[in-house]
Amino acid sequence: KGTNFQCFSSLRHDDLKEMLDSNKDSLKLEAMKRIVAMIARGKNTSDLFPAVVKNVACKNIEVKKLVYVYLVRYAEEQQDLALLSISTFQRGLKDPNQLIRASALRVLSSIRVTIIVPIMMLAIKEAASDMSPYVRKTAAHAIPKLYSLDPEQKDQLIEVIEKLLADKTTLVAGSVVMAFEEVCPERIDLIHKNYRKLCNLLIDVEEWGQVVIINMLTRYARTQFLNPNMNEEEEEKDKKPYVMDPDHRLLLRNTKPLLQSRNAAVVMAVAQLYFHLAPKAEVGVIAKALVRLLRSHSEVQYVVLQNVATMSIKRRGMFEPYLKSFYIRSTDPTQIKVLKLEVLTNLANETNISTILREFQTYIKSMDKDFVAATIQAIGRCATNIGEVRDTCLNGLVQLLSNRDELVVAESVVVIKKLLQMQPEKHSDIIKHMAKLTDNIQVPMARASILWLIGEYCEHVPKIAPDVLRKMAKSFTNEEDIVKLQIINLAAKLYLTNSKQTKLLTQYVLNLAKYDQNYDIRDRARFIRQLIVPTEKSGALSKYAKKLFLALKPAPVLESPFKDRDHFQLGSLSHLLNAKAGGYQELPDWPEAAPDPSVRNVEVKDSVQSVPSVIINFLNFAFFSSEQSSEEEERKHERKSKQRKSESESESDEEEDSESESSQTESEDSESEAEVKKKKKVLKKTHFKHSNMNICMYSCQCSFISFQAAESKPPSKPVKKDNKKEKKEMSLLDLDDCKFSHANMYRPFLHLLLCLQTISPSSALKSYEMLHRITGEGLSVEYCFSRQPFSPDANMVAVQMQFTNNATSDTKNLHMEDVKLQSGMRVKEFPEIELLPAGEMVTAVMGIDFCDSTQAANFQLCTHTRKFFVSIQPPVGELMRPVFLTENEFKKEQGQLMGMNEITEKITLDVKCRNEHSIVQRVITAANLSRVPCGSDKECRFAGRTVTSSSLVLVTVATKEEGAAKLTINCEKMVIGTMLVKDILLALTQ
Amino acid sequence: MILQQQISVELNMRNSPSDPPCQSALFKGGHQNITFHQHVNPSQFIVWELLQDGPICRRLFSNSGNFWHTGTISCNIPELAAEMIHSLFLINHSGDIFLEKHWKSVISRSVCDYFFEAKEKAVDPENVSPVLQTPHHYLITIYRDKLFFLSVIQTEVPPLFVIEFLHRVADTIQDYFGECSESVIMDNVVTVYELLEEMLDNGFPLATESNVLKEMIRPPTILRSVVNTLTGGSNVGDTLPTGQLSNIPWRRAGVKYTNNEAYFDVIEEIDAILDKSGSTVFAEIQGVIEACVRLTGMPDLTLSFMNPRLLDDVSFHPCVRFKRWESERVLSFIPPDGNFTLMNYHVSSQNLVAIPVYVKQSITFFEMGPCGRLDITIGPKQTMGKTVEALMVTIHMPKAVLSANLTPTQGNYTYDLATKVLVWDIGKLNPQKLPNLRGSLSLQAGAPKPEDNPSLNIDLKIQQVAISGLKVSRLDMYGEKYKPFKGVKYLTKAGKFQVRT
Repeated sequence: KGTNFQCFSSLRHDDLKEMLDSNKDSLKLEAMKRIVAMIARGKNTSDLFPAVVKNVACKNIEVKKLVYVYLVRYAEEQQDLALLSISTFQRGLKDPNQLIRASALRVLSSIRVTIIVPIMMLAIKEAASDMSPYVRKTAAHAIPKLYSLDPEQKDQLIEVIEKLLADKTTLVAGSVVMAFEEVCPERIDLIHKNYRKLCNLLIDVEEWGQVVIINMLTRYARTQFLNPNMNEEEEEKDKKPYVMDPDHRLLLRNTKPLLQSRNAAVVMAVAQLYFHLAPKAEVGVIAKALVRLLRSHSEVQYVVLQNVATMSIKRRGMFEPYLKSFYIRSTDPTQIKVLKLEVLTNLANETNISTILREFQTYIKSMDKDFVAATIQAIGRCATNIGEVRDTCLNGLVQLLSNRDELVVAESVVVIKKLLQMQPEKHSDIIKHMAKLTDNIQVPMARASILWLIGEYCEHVPKIAPDVLRKMAKSFTNEEDIVKLQIINLAAKLYLTNSKQTKLLTQYVLNLAKYDQNYDIRDRARFIRQLIVPTEKSGALSKYAKKLFLALKPAPVLESPFKDRDHFQLGSLSHLLNAKAGGYQELPDWPEAAPDPSVRNVEVKDSVQSVPSVIINFLNFAFFSSEQSSEEEERKHERKSKQRKSESESESDEEEDSESESSQTESEDSESEAEVKKKKKVLKKTHFKHSNMNICMYSCQCSFISFQAAESKPPSKPVKKDNKKEKKEMSLLDLDDCKFSHANMYRPFLHLLLCLQTISPSSALKSYEMLHRITGEGLSVEYCFSRQPFSPDANMVAVQMQFTNNATSDTKNLHMEDVKLQSGMRVKEFPEIELLPAGEMVTAVMGIDFCDSTQAANFQLCTHTRKFFVSIQPPVGELMRPVFLTENEFKKEQGQLMGMNEITEKITLDVKCRNEHSIVQRVITAANLSRVPCGSDKECRFAGRTVTSSSLVLVTVATKEEGAAKLTINCEKMVIGTMLVKDILLALTQ
Repeated sequence: MILQQQISVELNMRNSPSDPPCQSALFKGGHQNITFHQHVNPSQFIVWELLQDGPICRRLFSNSGNFWHTGTISCNIPELAAEMIHSLFLINHSGDIFLEKHWKSVISRSVCDYFFEAKEKAVDPENVSPVLQTPHHYLITIYRDKLFFLSVIQTEVPPLFVIEFLHRVADTIQDYFGECSESVIMDNVVTVYELLEEMLDNGFPLATESNVLKEMIRPPTILRSVVNTLTGGSNVGDTLPTGQLSNIPWRRAGVKYTNNEAYFDVIEEIDAILDKSGSTVFAEIQGVIEACVRLTGMPDLTLSFMNPRLLDDVSFHPCVRFKRWESERVLSFIPPDGNFTLMNYHVSSQNLVAIPVYVKQSITFFEMGPCGRLDITIGPKQTMGKTVEALMVTIHMPKAVLSANLTPTQGNYTYDLATKVLVWDIGKLNPQKLPNLRGSLSLQAGAPKPEDNPSLNIDLKIQQVAISGLKVSRLDMYGEKYKPFKGVKYLTKAGKFQVRT
């Protein structure tokens, strides 16, 4: 039969060989398709090798591709024949088309034939200096392949890696770090000079490369920086205060946006980086992203939960706000359920334990009995960790003893046993109750646990214990081994404490055990008899029998299996398995003293480039240039940087920059595009022509950020007057003689980046009119309360003003004068606006301390020709700022603001405003408050503090049937309370 | 021809304590099993065979007479260089391997036996642990569309990296052929194989963007397959892929359409747990914006929302400029061509989450007699003034429930005896006449009354509304001159919506 089959199969292959030899591409293609389909199914087609390899130079691109697939699969087994194909690839390496060069290198390096190692080495070296970044990327990919084929090439390969690490394109970065990790992860010195570049490129590297780079940088940072949490562990004597290395900060800052990646592996990589490297106070940001991943595929959930379980032990507070995200659904797979349970248990503390226990109670009713058992274990752990609920838990578990399901009862018994060990004297009732269970319960582990308990605490149940032994003696022969051992144990303990009643029983049990089939039991019986029954032969030990058996035993510690698992790098396979996997790189401990940070400094020539690269990066975030070929892009890039070196102004840069701004402004402004363009031109001409720095400032102004808010210095004033200052600032960026350290050079830009990050949308804000176009003779002013903290003075409310010049002539020297205020009120004036050209618009921010009153601030708005009397009156809702409270804090605070401080109003909600969502929207629009989480869906709560006196303002909207609702406001300041009631009432009913 | 390579191996396994350790071993690679020759003394030798993936050695043959002994062996085979994903096996629901792909040397499919063992133990395919450890390999598996994607790993690698990649493979197959099933994969086995070849190089992901892949390997269309059979044409793109070269790797170059259109679907799912009394234990909204963009050239789009503050947490397609979002709360991006997921978001503050329906239910089992009663009514709660459609209730009954004799006032119900799943398909929810399902359940005679009450899983759809209230305010296009057709559609669905009883 076998030979028949062989004949048949070789016949079939003959047919394929014929097709491969034909002149028609379509036949060749058909044959190759059939062969590849066979490979895919795992069939052996190695006998076709000679026929296939002939077609390696075939002109048809699809045939060629399939031949490559075949070649890579079988070359290792047919080395001699495979060599025939090499010349084709060598030719390909010289092709003018970069894609053909890359593909030739890819296939060549995938052929695992030792004899071509020198050829591969040469090809990789050449490709590493190729003009095309895509070919260089392929070279990086080829490095680990060659290394696995011949580890002796390591030194030469490291040279190539070093060269490619210096590459500045995002395309290469991920692949070369991957090669670094596989060939020479110990050569951390190669990273120093490339560290900052890698940090800055990171956001634009493809997803998979990001993961590899982040993991590598985590290890790097552990060797180069100081532990940011070191002060937390040791009580400080006179150690130097910790200052974070700016490079450490750079890494944290540049990885953070990647928490928003769609790729779960990237998110996890950033999360582990923050967990291992960030100061304690900053780690919290990763929780939200990790919780988001819980909505992903169940495999992703599984891995994420493993990591959350480890993290939640060290940093419990981080996940507490997301407690409910770990609630278990009956449809979750078992391994997910168990992990969620683990996390819930880790998160349990005095304040949330009642919620968690209530949740656990519903789990006990589940149909999945393994899960129920795990839940009971979890209750046990909560009870050991949190003393306050120990009795509650114990009572709950005792109730479970009457459960119908034996597994549930058994698990409860085991857990109760552990809990009782902590304070046995209090619970003799429970021990009695459990003694009765021996009649019914059959699960060996549970029976054994009960017997151990009775034996251990026989003094608390002196009457029952001997009776239990009697029953057990009767059933001894039918018991499981572990139960038998505990019967012997019980007998021994009773013999020592109450020999009068139990002597005979013990003798009987020991005799039964002596002839047991299990040698463990026979052994134990013999040992115990010697120990407790004194004979002339028995040695000194029997004197201490009582001490031995009835010694005080420490209560078991119920620990999380995830404890201390964080010595493995989180997110790694080794962490998941809790065992070191092959190739795992240990996460180094923090150094005692920081190694020299200057190793990361790049020579002046390069450092000049790296500053603009920050700017470029920043601008790239805002606007991706749409060049299609990266080669072109690179050339341009190089040209630019050359320009930068030679002159401090770069024309081409400005173009790109202003483009990016236009895209920002366009979306914000409702103006027509043409107008924007015009404005852009004018502003470009008049103001900000000099440096990138200025352009950044401009972009900030356009996006409604006052630079003043971020900088304590006077804001960017017009060019003429402040020319000196400008020059000084420019010298920071003077690219020719740059002698500043990196940190200094980055700072202004990072500052800008930061202030960009904190801005929130202004579209939702209500604006008020300060000066009408007609009264203002062409100048119109609108203002709104931006709800942003006013940084020069925290007690002030930020007022954002928008000046529009509708006239045909320019307005100059816009400023304020003659401020009239009620006593106690203060104003921080907006900086003078030198010039507002005709048809233009500009914004400015001022701060007003209203002293928690709705009194208006009156002042004169002056231009170079006119003065206008204007006033700003705040709605009461703007006199506060949101604070975050938990439900419990809210209730506590509310309890202290009763009586006179509480105002209640019954209202009928507007028809359109009967769901929580719109209620929340309307309240938050009316007053600057923040939402307080709440367990009931009938109530919405909000909290804030007044800006000046920081008095609490608590708002509750309780909804009832058919739009009826009750509005309650608790506030120390009764005037504020009364006014706020009116405003919110209006907002909710109209 | 068998590759024979001499490597030094130290064996601490000896047949008897007096035996010298194995000095030299012959390593046979490829498909063959690995065998070791142990020369006990010049005249005696033993051949050991290393069983697949285990430190277990079986003595195959010796010239001293004893055959077929087994023992343990531990050997220091020099560490093979690391790679991320070594091999991939596709396995169907019943446990047949129907496709294998190796990116390095071949690993025998018997490595999957460890997986099959674990699969046997787990009742449900979903309960198989995604990460399994075997003596020489790690197996990382995902379960998608009733198929297992099993990858073989040899060294440390972030598990999520592999899992995410495997899902990307499944997504790509889905994207290319419209579904991801065994029959579809086998019908297109060559294309799938070519895709796998491009997606991973030496175990490291190379091209995973659908736009790039489609330039290299064209997805099949009916027309093309007809033409190809006639002319012998190919599915391989004859233009070389340029997408990979640009700094916008997700968009292919030279896109041209006669009708330029950009459509966005805002789809929200409500995840909730309601307790017996109907109050919310936990609720959140998961939203996703799916885009279908067919625009000529290199359009630069800006999508803005009326109320972006609603969004509590977001994740983006790599095309979205994160800084613009941070500073202005608008989505600014150069889109990939075709269908893609623009963003995922999360609205968590549970009081913001509208619960569209309420459920009144009672499921009781009587102490006396083998029966129980079931009574379920569903009514509208917060539906934003829209109709609730495709309403469906699924209940996993306790094992003891034999059959159900129920009467629905609307829709129809089925009870699957094998899986114990009761499904009530209601359809549209009419607020004037609330759907009700009531009747009796019969239990296995003699079985104890079930302790636990099953929970209800609700499915529903509400068209034309995003339940969180999220609204797109405008879509602007820059960089191109034509006027595209634009559209936004909203849909709300129940996600994991569970009512406890």
